[in-house]
Amino acid sequence: MENQEIFDKVVGILKPFAKNEEALSGISLETSLMKDLEVNSARLVDIVLEIEDTFDIEVSDDDADQVNTVGDAVNLIVAATT
Amino acid sequence: MWPEALFPVWEFPVSKAERRVVITGLGVLSPNGHGLDDFTAALREGRSGIRHHAHLEEAKFACQVGGIPENVAQFQGQYLTDEELFAMNANMIYAAIGAIDAWKDAGFEVPGLDGEADWDTGAIIGTGIGGIDTIAETLAPRTDAGKVRRLGSTMVEQIMSSGNSARIAGKLALGNQVSTNSSACNTGTEAIIQAMQRIRNGHAIRMLAGGSEGHSHYIWAGFDAMRVLNRTMNDDPEGASRPLSASAAGFIPGSGAGVLMLEELESAQARGARIYAEILGGALNCGGHRQGGSMTAPNPHSVQRCIRGALADAGIAGSEVDAINGHLTATFADPHEVNNWSKALEVTPADMPHVHSTKSLIGHALGAAGGLECVASILELHHGFVHGSINCEDLHPDLTDFAACVVHETIDVPDLSIIAKASFGFGDVNGCVIFRKFDKL
Repeated sequence: MENQEIFDKVVGILKPFAKNEEALSGISLETSLMKDLEVNSARLVDIVLEIEDTFDIEVSDDDADQVNTVGDAVNLIVAATT
Repeated sequence: MWPEALFPVWEFPVSKAERRVVITGLGVLSPNGHGLDDFTAALREGRSGIRHHAHLEEAKFACQVGGIPENVAQFQGQYLTDEELFAMNANMIYAAIGAIDAWKDAGFEVPGLDGEADWDTGAIIGTGIGGIDTIAETLAPRTDAGKVRRLGSTMVEQIMSSGNSARIAGKLALGNQVSTNSSACNTGTEAIIQAMQRIRNGHAIRMLAGGSEGHSHYIWAGFDAMRVLNRTMNDDPEGASRPLSASAAGFIPGSGAGVLMLEELESAQARGARIYAEILGGALNCGGHRQGGSMTAPNPHSVQRCIRGALADAGIAGSEVDAINGHLTATFADPHEVNNWSKALEVTPADMPHVHSTKSLIGHALGAAGGLECVASILELHHGFVHGSINCEDLHPDLTDFAACVVHETIDVPDLSIIAKASFGFGDVNGCVIFRKFDKL
C-alpha cells in the first residue's frame, strides 16, 4: 500500500474524532492528534482499534502510546504492513 | 453547609419562600411525534405511536408492539456530532434531543466549546433502565469472549447511569448540578420535582428536568417475562394500549424523552421569556411495601398521601384541579388509581375533574414517562384542551361511577387552569406535581 493511500485512510479514521475543522482541512503528517485536531484523549483507544481493523494489523499498547501525530500513525502502519 | 457565595449570584432579591418556579421551555421526542407542534397535533388527533415491531416477533416476545420515536436517525445529526454519536446509545440520544429542544424553546442558543460553564443552570434527566442495550450488545459479549481490549473507550460513558445527563451538560455547558435520578416509572416526574426544589432553595436559577428511555428489546424483555405487557393485541398495535379499559391486559412499552426547562420566575420575566405554566408544587414518597404495597404494587395510602402532599405544597384544594393526567398504564391498577385520586382530592366520583392517560397514545415510556406526560400536560394547559384517552370505549366496570370524567375524545377547555400529574413506579414510589397555567395568576 502506498504511503499516500495509508495517509488518506488515516485521515478518514480521524475525521469523526477531530473537533478542530480548520486543523482537519489543513491536515499533514506533522498534525498533532490532540493539540491540533483536538481529539479527546480517551478516543485515541478507538482510533487505534479502527487502524487495526482497517489495516488488519495489531498495535501493541506501547506502540499506541507513541502515536502523537498523523505521521506517527502512518509510520506505525507502514512498519506493520511491510 | 456551603457558603452562600457558591450559590447563584441572585440578581433578584427574593427570599427562598417567595421563589416561584415556572416552565419556559419544552422538548419532546415521543413515539407519536417529535417537537411541540407535531406532538400537540398528535395529542389533539388521538394519534397513536404504537407499532408492531418485527424484531420483537423474531425474539419471540409475547408482546410484539411498542412505542419507538420514528426516523430519529434522519435528524439526530442536526443535534449531535459524529464523535458524540459514536459514544451514545438510544437512551442518551433521546435525552439529548429532548434537552436541546427544551433549551432552544426556552430561547437559548447551543453554545460553542469556548467560554466557561453556565454556573446557574443544571440538569436532572432521569432514566429507568439506562444503557442496557450497550451492555447486552457490546460489553457482555466482548468481555465474555476475552475481548476486553476491543471494547474501546466509550463503554463507561454509555453504561453509567448518568450518561444521559452528562452528555447534555457537555452540549449545553451546564455548570450547576447535573445528575441522573432513577425511580422506575416515577423517574421523570421525580426529576421535575427535584429540580423545582433546587430552584426554590436558591441553588439554581434554571434546571432542565425530565426523563429518557431507550427502546431496546433488552429493556422490555424483563417486563414481557413478568407478563405485565399486553400480549393479546399484536395484530392491532394502535388499539393495544388500553388504560381505563375493561379489556386492558397489561401496558405497552414505550420510549423517548420529555424535558422541561424550569426557571425561577423573576429570571424568566427579566429576560422576557415565554412562560408556559407555573409549577405550584409537588410531592414524592414511597409506600414502603406495606399496606398492600410491594415491589410492583402501590400502597394506596402512600399514593393518596403523595397527592395530598402535592396539593398542600401547591396551596390548593383538590376541588381546584381541572384535569388529571394519571399514571394509568392499562394494568389492574387503573381503577384503584382513579379511586385514590377521588379520595385524595376529596371529591365524589361525580365531581371528579377530567381524567385521561397519555399512555393510551404512546405506551408506557418507563423512565421517560413522567417527562413526556408532563410535557403533554403543559401543552394542554398552554393550548386549552384535554386530549382523548383512546381505547377505553369499554370502560372498566369498576369505573362506572367515574364514567363522566373520563375523556374519550379531545375536548377544548379554554379555561383549563390546573392539571395534576402523577407517576407511580416499581419499588412502591410515587410522585405528584401540580401545574397551573401562568396567565391565570
